Amino acid sequence: MSTLLLLCLNFFKTGLLAVGGGLATLPFITDMSNAHPDWFTKADIANMVAVSESTPGPIGINMATYVGYHMFSIPGAILTTVSLVLPSFIIIVILAGIMDKYSENRIVKAVFAGLRPAAIGLIAAAGFSVFLIALFPGYSGSTVFDMSGITALFSRKSLVLFALVMVATQLPKLKDLHPVAYIAIAAVVGIVFRF
Amino acid sequence: MQKTLAERWKLALKMYVSFFQIGLFTFGGGYAMLPMLEKECVDKHAWTTREELLDIFALAQCTPGIIAVNTATFLGKKQAGLPGAVLATLGVVSPSLVIISLIAALLKNFADLEPVQHALAGVRAAVTALIFASVWKMAKSSLKDPLSIAMAVIAFILVALFGTSPVAIVFAGALIGFLFFGGRKKTGKEDDA
Repeated sequence: MSTLLLLCLNFFKTGLLAVGGGLATLPFITDMSNAHPDWFTKADIANMVAVSESTPGPIGINMATYVGYHMFSIPGAILTTVSLVLPSFIIIVILAGIMDKYSENRIVKAVFAGLRPAAIGLIAAAGFSVFLIALFPGYSGSTVFDMSGITALFSRKSLVLFALVMVATQLPKLKDLHPVAYIAIAAVVGIVFRF
Repeated sequence: MQKTLAERWKLALKMYVSFFQIGLFTFGGGYAMLPMLEKECVDKHAWTTREELLDIFALAQCTPGIIAVNTATFLGKKQAGLPGAVLATLGVVSPSLVIISLIAALLKNFADLEPVQHALAGVRAAVTALIFASVWKMAKSSLKDPLSIAMAVIAFILVALFGTSPVAIVFAGALIGFLFFGGRKKTGKEDDA
């Protein structure tokens, strides 16, 4: 089997099995490197994660694109990305059709009434973990009880910027500013004030 | 009302542009795109509501694949059928394809560059605030009874402090909904009762 086809199959499998998004693809990519050491090394993976996390876009997609480009240039980048997305694309399209059909069903409504508070809790928790990373740049644990990385200095600049944006989003005039504007301004502030 | 095929493609193209923008400005993946999704899909284009966005996030959490991409596929399919699903998905993926290919070709040490590090630190602080602002808006629009509020708080504590799996939280939420929210009439008329 050609390497490109095998690579696509591997990413298809990753897209099918990686539940939870983001770095959920990482263990699969590590597996690929173990099974095919000639594809890419552990050091390549570390670089891919760094680039994926510091560029816009979903991390899983960035990883797939990087691996594909690394091995087969532009065609590789496109094919690995499509392979990664294809399984969930098919599943979601079917699921969306089913949901459309049963959205008025009493049981479905009840289940979603329970899902919404759960989703809000999850998003708040995700926000909290970004908060820890943003304000304690040295933090590396997965929960607050895991304070092993907290020795690094707490970032005062980040706290000030966080507080400013927090206040701005509640002000009547700035409330409707597009998130893109905040992100662009924050990037410039980060560079100018050397965050 | 059914949209014609031409109308669907037109809408799908609009979704491509919106999701391209969302993909281009999502740093840190997953939930970081929430503020952008809210702005583009709820406030600007009314393709969905805050409540439905939460439903989609919960579903995207337990289906395989990347949450941001799943959300794009779902909204695209719902609004403009298969053309919408394809173009919304391509939209959220396109910026990554271009940017990552450029970096992999020209700037392998991109992540180590000092200005990149500073810019990212700034972006992270702002995105955190934007996520919290979105959560607040969502909570105001969908947490309206004590049980829902308690569920959200407990879900947050379990995941943030104890590292509980989000998939477990979603299933628990669904189960509680099935058991306790079935008899309710407040979410509109239920004629099949």
